Amino acid sequence: MSGSRPLPEPTPETQHFWDGTRAGELRLQRCDDCAHVYFPPRPFCPACASRSVSVFAASGRARLDSYVINHRPHPAFEGHYAIALVELEEGPRMMSNIVSCEQTPEALVLDMPLEVTFEPQNDSITLPLFRPAAEGSKT
Amino acid sequence: MTRYDKQVAIVGAAETTELGVIPDMSQLQLHADAALNALADAGLKPSDIDGVATAGESPTTIAHYLGITPNWVDGTAVGGCSFMIHVRHAVAALLTGQCHTVLITHGESGKSGIGRGRGRGNATSLQGQFEAPFGVVGPPTMFTLPVLRYMKRYGLTHEQLAMVAVVQRQWAGMNPRASKREPITVEDVLSSRMIAYPFHLLECCLVTDGGGALILTTADRAGDFPQPPVYVWGTGESVETPMVSQMADLTSSRAFAVAGPRAMSDAGISHSDVDHLMIYDAFAHLPIYGLEDLGFCGRGEAGAFIEEGHTAPGGELPLNTNGGGLSYMHSGMYGMYALQESVRQLRGTAPAQVEGAEVSVCLGVGGMFGASGCVVMGSQPKA
Repeated sequence: MSGSRPLPEPTPETQHFWDGTRAGELRLQRCDDCAHVYFPPRPFCPACASRSVSVFAASGRARLDSYVINHRPHPAFEGHYAIALVELEEGPRMMSNIVSCEQTPEALVLDMPLEVTFEPQNDSITLPLFRPAAEGSKT
Repeated sequence: MTRYDKQVAIVGAAETTELGVIPDMSQLQLHADAALNALADAGLKPSDIDGVATAGESPTTIAHYLGITPNWVDGTAVGGCSFMIHVRHAVAALLTGQCHTVLITHGESGKSGIGRGRGRGNATSLQGQFEAPFGVVGPPTMFTLPVLRYMKRYGLTHEQLAMVAVVQRQWAGMNPRASKREPITVEDVLSSRMIAYPFHLLECCLVTDGGGALILTTADRAGDFPQPPVYVWGTGESVETPMVSQMADLTSSRAFAVAGPRAMSDAGISHSDVDHLMIYDAFAHLPIYGLEDLGFCGRGEAGAFIEEGHTAPGGELPLNTNGGGLSYMHSGMYGMYALQESVRQLRGTAPAQVEGAEVSVCLGVGGMFGASGCVVMGSQPKA
């Protein structure tokens, strides 16, 4: 990293997510009424509108859904880098980056198994990134 | 018989005097230049306008700047398809008598950045929290994200994606106002600079300055204007998500699939009735998604459809006949230029005129697959 990324400013509705990444957990929400699992965070279920929802720690397992490899400069990245969409084992999709992996079409194969890793940016914000799943990990 | 006794017609349409690089004009003046050209096209004065719709600037600013006292305004701003949605809202306002003559304006100093506020990202927004930290730098790194999934699911090739740009350049070559007119090949596209894999420079829209404006009124007055009226047969609108990462399906736009079929059923037409089609092409995959979400092609078939020449000059479904955002112009919110081309085709005045064009479908996108508006127009009143 040669510069800083634009960092999120949590809101009351998302604070639990960012507290989670700082604590090494990828926190999702599940509806207590219809069991729908969703992201990004909000204090109600987007499937059935119930306000009865619970936060839980996701497995951190995911697969590579789609991506682009950006060739234009970004102050926080060196060289070409992938912006990825990952589908979590629990269902929701999120944007992230793939680390510990060459940023090439040959290395970044759609549907490859991934696992979350956490990268602190400062005292309050830690970003969830993903890396190729370790051999033998359950994905 | 339709739901309305009356219909609405487009009686004035024009773009800015210049298109491309316009360093001596602010964004606000681009709105005004297009508006004045549209007023002249319709033989009207600003005082004849009682409804104002715009995006990119406030309708308050536009009305004040042009000296209009409206009793109806619409500031719907959901990206480049806002102008299609303004048409839809104007139809409702005109048919219920809320106003009588609507002006829709667009102007954007997309290349030169003159008089254009630079919005800072909001780090508390959903995009600010859950997309911006991961290195997105504008539409080329967001709008493009779904396409690898489409390519894997349906077998779309890099060559087929490049062919979208090749075919649109064929149309642009027939248009003196197009920014890029030299013919290109698939090899040219695939050897152009990589912007965001798998998208090369020639698969990304232009960045230019310009504007456009439309004037709408009820069809009973349409004969009072100097230009042949273009009738609004049907409209549709929808939104899906402000975050491309949260599209329900990476291989289809839900907003397209709602707005497009709604506009066509509203118009009472089937696919075989369509003579001319515009699909907002900020990037080369958009016409592919649009053809499928509108139902002109089955899932996974649009790449081959374009590759086989069906949308090219001489093909049975002329698509993006001005050259599109890839070759004609793209100031940022391109939707107005797609509407202008539909109007030209139905007036019979397009540079690359489709012989006998009577029905045109114009599909817009807003944000990164975030929104859509669709307008079906006819050269005659709807039956």
